[in-house]
Amino acid sequence: MDTDHTPQAAGTVTPPTADALPAAAPRIDCRDINVFYGPTQAIHNVSLSFPDRAVTALIGPSGCGKSTFLRCLNRMNDTIESCRVDGQILMDGQNINDHSIDAVLLRSRVGMVFQKPNPFPKSIFDNIAYGPRIHGLASSREDLDAIVEKSLRRAGLWEEVKDRLQAPGTSLSGGQQQRLCIARAIAVRPEVILMDEPCSALDPVATARIEELIDELRKRYCIVIVTHSMQQAARVSQRTAFFHLGNLIEMGETEQIFTNPREKRTEDYITGRFG
Amino acid sequence: MLQQLGHLPMGWLLIALIAVFASIAFFAGRVRAERILLSGEQSLHSRPNYHGYFVAMWALVPAVLVALAYAIGAEGISRNQLVSELPPAFDLLSDAEMKTYLDSVAQAALAREDTGTDLVFTAVTHRYLEIRGSLNIGALALMVIGALGGLIFSRRRLGTSFRARSLVERGMETVLFLCAAVAIATTVGIVTSLLYESIQFFRAVPIWDFLFGTRWNAQTEAEFGALPLFFGTFTIALIAMLVAAPIGLFSAIYLSEYAGPKARGWIKPILEILAGIPTVVYGFFALLVVAPAVRGLAIWINETLINIGLTTEPLLAAQPTSALAAGLVMGIMVIPFVSSLSDDVINAVPQTLRDGAYALGATKSETVRNVVVPAALPGIIAALLLAVSRAIGETMIVVMAAGKSARISMDPTSDLTTITVQIVSLMTGETGFDDPKTLSAFALGLVLFAVTLLFNVIALRVVQKYREKYD
Ligand SMILES: Nc1ncnc2c1ncn2[C@@H]1O[C@H](COP(=O)(O)OP(=O)(O)O)[C@@H](O)[C@H]1O
Ligand SMILES: [Mg+2]
Repeated sequence: MDTDHTPQAAGTVTPPTADALPAAAPRIDCRDINVFYGPTQAIHNVSLSFPDRAVTALIGPSGCGKSTFLRCLNRMNDTIESCRVDGQILMDGQNINDHSIDAVLLRSRVGMVFQKPNPFPKSIFDNIAYGPRIHGLASSREDLDAIVEKSLRRAGLWEEVKDRLQAPGTSLSGGQQQRLCIARAIAVRPEVILMDEPCSALDPVATARIEELIDELRKRYCIVIVTHSMQQAARVSQRTAFFHLGNLIEMGETEQIFTNPREKRTEDYITGRFG
Repeated sequence: MLQQLGHLPMGWLLIALIAVFASIAFFAGRVRAERILLSGEQSLHSRPNYHGYFVAMWALVPAVLVALAYAIGAEGISRNQLVSELPPAFDLLSDAEMKTYLDSVAQAALAREDTGTDLVFTAVTHRYLEIRGSLNIGALALMVIGALGGLIFSRRRLGTSFRARSLVERGMETVLFLCAAVAIATTVGIVTSLLYESIQFFRAVPIWDFLFGTRWNAQTEAEFGALPLFFGTFTIALIAMLVAAPIGLFSAIYLSEYAGPKARGWIKPILEILAGIPTVVYGFFALLVVAPAVRGLAIWINETLINIGLTTEPLLAAQPTSALAAGLVMGIMVIPFVSSLSDDVINAVPQTLRDGAYALGATKSETVRNVVVPAALPGIIAALLLAVSRAIGETMIVVMAAGKSARISMDPTSDLTTITVQIVSLMTGETGFDDPKTLSAFALGLVLFAVTLLFNVIALRVVQKYREKYD
């Protein structure tokens, strides 16, 4: 693991806080986020920021609002009729919740990978090419070929599929499908990649590959990953946020959260006393 | 005495007897099982009720068989017996006359009008009643013996380790299988008779002439070239699909992707009402409203073209009934077939696929066009195929609004005829069974059946494949 982002030893007198991090200007800065599904509130007053070129893990018991919060970051909650999001989410100094921001454009800057691999019913090539096509990122066929190859290489899938780009995306194995989905997200040149439990449908070997890949991608993107596996959070992330019942309980360096949590509830969750 | 027995209401009696024997047998079986239970320290394999069902089953089977045999054979047996006893003078009657005579005998016997002035007739009727009476008594006796025999035989077999439950289950399975078998046998019977009669027809008219002949004149001149009928059928089905495919598909997309629960709540029922309108209503709508409108439009086009000097003759046939009128209305009729099945398959496309597209920055219409519809395509194709087969087999609308001229014409405002229309007109009116005219209807029916079967089979296959992909 890169040492740039690892904090000083966790046992210092004052535990490191978000402000003490090297990434001074966060890629995304969320302030006082409240999310409602109809009358019920799913997220309460969460303020949280995400540094660039680092992996932030969101952990917490199931139903605590991790996915809901993640989906605020690319306004996927817009697609849910009853859902209402309050608060500021700043990217490049702009509030993405502002009405002047086009959600469609935002989503080309903030890619997303889902729990279950969801390749489109198209060929492997067309799965990757779909995003660049609708956003007009490629001016020629060669351009498009280059984007597809680069995205597949970055997702570590190129060697496995280069001979069968015209095969349907659904013909791949589960782990390959998930890497295809990551490649698909990369192809539109996002700045941020959101991942909602990307390994929960995969076997341990495929999971290990995805985790390696995430560590690789960290060098270029700001990555936010929701995971229910604390080992995974510890392995891939530099920072960890712990959610409980829609509240952000604790946020800090991953090592500190796992070795020296400040909050009792965090400690209980990490040591497996609930969740 | 026997004559009186001839009047017995056998239907009711047999049913009542069956019910009585079934209940007696049930209690006989259960009581015996309970006794075994009380007497011994051993427990029964099956609950007492199952022993009851088992004995009832054994009493029921012979009883029902007797009743069925009576229902099927009684009339024929008594008539045969009666005919064999009639005096030689009756031999002069032809078969048909004899049948009429026997019918009136049975009628008179049933209505107790056997005291007329015709002494021979009265005597025959009395004899008929006597024969029926002895048959009735025989049937009742047979049923009692059969049911009691079954009861006693099966009751003996009961015991602690007797597996009444498994046997009852197997009995139930047999009953259910028989019900399914009836449906299958009916289908097989219909198809066989279609095939048989068609083969008769193809003996008189070579199959090649039938399938590819271009002159159809079955009513008057015995010309059996069915190509114009196939042409008319497919033209009208094509017009119908040109209407139903886009409207049905787009309304399905609207319903499943765009409409809120409120709009969905009233649009869906309306589409279902459309599916519930009797086709004869569509038929007179086509005849009274659409056909005149089509004709008016065609006349207007003709006049306009002549006025601006493009043509000198009228271009369109502008007939009072037309392929276009029938096709348009048929299209409206099959919209719900397309829309409701398409709506189902579109709804079955997993939400995660839509999310995947949205997360890439696709707009709603891009998502629908590039992801949802392609994912649902097999199912949509199946819906279209089912609608086509429905349109091909539709009869009432075309009978009323398509016309009767068997011709091959590219002009949609001319009247065309279809397979179904011709079957109707061949089967109504004077028909003899061995006439090639009547037989040709079977050949047409066979073609219709083969085509719709093909479409349905393909559609079902496609849907099956689609299901496998998303389960
Ligand atoms: N589409 C929805 N409509 C209504 N309530 C929802 C919806 N999605 C999630 N919720 C509710 O919001 C809360 C947080 O859910 P979620 O963000 O999925 O939790 P997590 O991902 O941490 O398991 C839960 O109580 C859940 O029931
Ligand atoms: Mg979740």
